[in-house]
Order: sequence, then C-alpha cells, then structure tokens
Amino acid sequence: MVSLLGIPPQVLFGQLLLGLINGSFYALLSLGLAVIFGMLNVINFAHGALYMVGAFVAWLLLTYAGVGYWGALVVAPLVVGLLGIALEKSMLSRLYKLDHLYGLLLTFGLALILEGAFRHQYGVSGQPYPIPDALKGGQNLGFMFLPNYRAWVVVASLTICFGTWFAIERTKLGAYLRAATENPTLVQAFGINVPVMVSLTYGFGVALAGLAGVLAAPIYQVSPLMGSNLIIIVFAVVVIGGMGSILGAIVTGLGLGLLEGLTKVFYPEASNIVVFVVMAIVLLIKPAGLFGRER
Amino acid sequence: MPDGAMTKTAMLEIADLHGFYGESHVLHGVSLEVRQGEVVTLLGRNGAGKTSTMRAIMGIMGKRTGSIRFQGTELIGMAQHKIPRLGIGYVPEERGIFSSLSVDENLTLPPVVKDGGMTVPQIYDLFPNLKGRGSTQGTRLSGGEQQMLAIARILRTGANLILLDEPTEGLAPVIIEQIGVAVRALKQRGFTIVLVEQNFRFAATIADRHYVMEEGHVVDMIPNDQLHANMDKLHTYLGV
Repeated sequence: MVSLLGIPPQVLFGQLLLGLINGSFYALLSLGLAVIFGMLNVINFAHGALYMVGAFVAWLLLTYAGVGYWGALVVAPLVVGLLGIALEKSMLSRLYKLDHLYGLLLTFGLALILEGAFRHQYGVSGQPYPIPDALKGGQNLGFMFLPNYRAWVVVASLTICFGTWFAIERTKLGAYLRAATENPTLVQAFGINVPVMVSLTYGFGVALAGLAGVLAAPIYQVSPLMGSNLIIIVFAVVVIGGMGSILGAIVTGLGLGLLEGLTKVFYPEASNIVVFVVMAIVLLIKPAGLFGRER
Repeated sequence: MPDGAMTKTAMLEIADLHGFYGESHVLHGVSLEVRQGEVVTLLGRNGAGKTSTMRAIMGIMGKRTGSIRFQGTELIGMAQHKIPRLGIGYVPEERGIFSSLSVDENLTLPPVVKDGGMTVPQIYDLFPNLKGRGSTQGTRLSGGEQQMLAIARILRTGANLILLDEPTEGLAPVIIEQIGVAVRALKQRGFTIVLVEQNFRFAATIADRHYVMEEGHVVDMIPNDQLHANMDKLHTYLGV
C-alpha cells in the first residue's frame, strides 16, 4: 500500500486506533461528568479515582473470587455506583446550597483518599489484568492489524455513550432528568422525589466511570494512579465540549482522542499538549464550550 | 350561591400560617379556607404574601408554622414531593416551562397522581392553541401559549385543587379572555381553584370569593356578589 504524506498507513491507522481507544475512555468519563454536573452542579473530581476503583474491583474479583471479566463488567459498575450513592447521600448532598467550589474540594479530597488507600495497599506498580479469552487475537484488515479487545472497547463505549444520550434526550425518564436539571423545585412540586433522583444520577454517572475502569483494565494496567493520569485530560474534554452537554462530551471525547492520535503521527512532540491547546483556543472563542449554552 | 357554598366542606383550610425564607419572616398568620368547587382569589399589593402563601402550600419555603390542611391532611411537615401527590396542582407565576423539553414532554411531565384527570384530547379542546405544537421546544411558544401549557400540564394529573399564580400577568387582553374561558370551564368541571391575581377585573369575572392580603396576612374577605358594594374599600387595599 502506498504511503500517505510520507507516513506508512500502518502507522497512521495504528495511531488513529489508539486515538479512538483513548477517545472512547475520554467520552465515557466525560459523559459521566457531564451528567453529574448537569444535575448536581458539582464538578466531580473523584471521577478518575472512581474509574480506578472500577478497575480494581475487577482485578480483586478475579484475584480473590475467581469472577472473570464479564462478571466484573456487571459487578464493578454496581459497586462503584453504590459507593457513589453512599458518598452523595452522606456528604455531597450537604453542599448543594453552597458555592460549586465546595463540591469540587470535597470530591478532590475523596479522590486523594481513595487513591491514597489503594496506593497504600497495592503500591504504585500496576497489576496486570488478562484479556478475556473470547476477545483474544485480532483481525488483519489488510492495511492494519486490529486486536479484537480494542475493537470491543470502541464498540462497547460507543454503544453505552449513545444509549445514555438516547435515554436522556428521548425518554420519559430523561425528560425528568432534563427538567430537574433546569428547575428542580418545580419538578419536586409536581410530586417527584428530586433528592432520590439526584442520588441515582450521581450513582449512574460514577457507575459509568467504574465501567470504563473495567474496560480499561486489560489495556492499561490496574494501578492506583490510572485515574489521576486520565482525569486532567477528561476535564479538558468537558470544558471543550461545554459543561453539562451530553452530546458535547461524547463527540468531543472521541474527536480529541483522534486528534491526539493524529498529532502523534504528524508532530509527536505536541501530542501531550494538543488537547490543552485546543481547550485554550475554544475558551477564547466560545467560552461556554463547543456544545455548551451560554448562561 | 354563597349560602349554598357555605354548606360544602372546606377542601383547604389554612390557619395562623407563618412562613420564612431564611431569616425573613414573610407570612404573618395567614388564615383562609377554600371549599370544594370554589374559585377563590388572593388579592393584594406586590409583596403582600400571595405567592408566598401558594409556595407555603406546596412546601417550597424554608420554614412554615401553623396549619395547612388539605382534605383533612396536614401539609406542614410533609415531604415536599408528597404534597402534589395528594391532588394539588401548582402553576407558578413564572410558568416554569422547561426549555430543554418539547411541548409534548412539558405536557406529560407531571406524573398522574389521581384518577379522573383530563385526557390530552380534552386538554386540546380547552386550549386549541397547543394542538399540533407537540414537537416545538417549550419555551418557543408565545407567553400566552406557555401559560396555557403550564395550566394544561396540571389538568392531566388528576389534581382537584389548582393553585394558579397570576395567570394573566403580562398577557394581551385577547389572551386573558381565552385564559378566563378556560378557567371557567375548569370550574364547570368541578376543579377547585385558588387564584393569585393583580388584575381584579379579571378576578371578578370568575371568582366566588376574594381574600385580601396585606403584609403577610389576610385582612378581609369579600364575596364576589358584594364586590361592587366594597369597591371603595378594595381600592384602598390595593392602592389603585
């Protein structure tokens, strides 16, 4: 096959795939952040730590209970979701009347505690997590080799992202969520238990992070710091997409992953900062983000 | 008519209601009652406590003392989301149409709390303007249409007491007339309605009785058929 702009296609598509994988995680994580911010007005700094907890739950299940990948895919998000609901009920719910900053500080503290606890217990070197048997191997597409597990991660995250988007934008339950985001007092005055809805929303948002953690476990190693490495980029994604915008989080997450991949091909030196350059430009031109509404 | 109404049982009884937003004491001992099937207005100047009385009934207020009984059930101390489920529908002053919801979604948002609510075709008969607008973004409707939608969405729920906060505010006379027709039709259907109104000419065309509020409590009650005899007094109260 001929090269494109002097780049061998294997390299180009390889990096694009890597970008798409990273983008899938950005999308899943920033989607959860967007859902939480929309409903709770809380910038959930614990999101990366809860992603890490999701990966660790999968690893612990495999190591100590013999529960494999598919079981973990169900159990880990549930565990993380319930942990989230407990955190929301016991702590976060007390802060809604205060400035946003307090929610941010609380969740930042929670992230440090969670990461510290796992670091104390398991050290910083990562734990390997095997790819499930059903997804081992790969396909030769002619222009590149596509590992099955990576293809699965992309398909699974896209399905979850668009499923969530559909549930929020097109269903009755989503209508309650959108309405309560806009005017919780009035929704409550129609007879809906908004505090319970808020807890469930937080639980759902962090369960998405837990799920992302399980998906990530076989690709990246399971390590206490895996969340903090990722979360800064994810926050940039949320800012670029527009705080609270569901579609913005998904599209921006995938787009920036791909952009990062392309940068690695054409100008590798800039690949670590390209997301932040884009963030700066977007903030200058459209401060509410690409998909955000000006308030 | 007032004599006939007197014999009916009180649906809503408010006694010595005090209400607070944080430190500020906004209701100072409100007492009133609304009987089944009545249309009652709360009149008074801005800041007299009319909207606050409605918010206190719905539980949207920091602290309430005294008593608010709806069909014998005490509302003070009840969880906020349970109050509407007893059959009380609230149409707030700002209308509260959701911009992220379509007209249809706005219309069907409030959950049905009791049997006997109106069906969507019946609602369209009452408010023909809303027909065929289902997929429009809620806040793209005109002010009058948004008011109709705010009333319409409550009618589906089966609520039998409706709290209408200034439904005519800022609307053109021709729209006010339409709202008036609708409110009279609701009365015919047996809804009990509490109406906050600045426009007492509008209020006089639909209400059975008027409560006059001043400085956070009720200072007078005027049956609608004695409104003319009490015009001077009312002008003093309202400062018009």
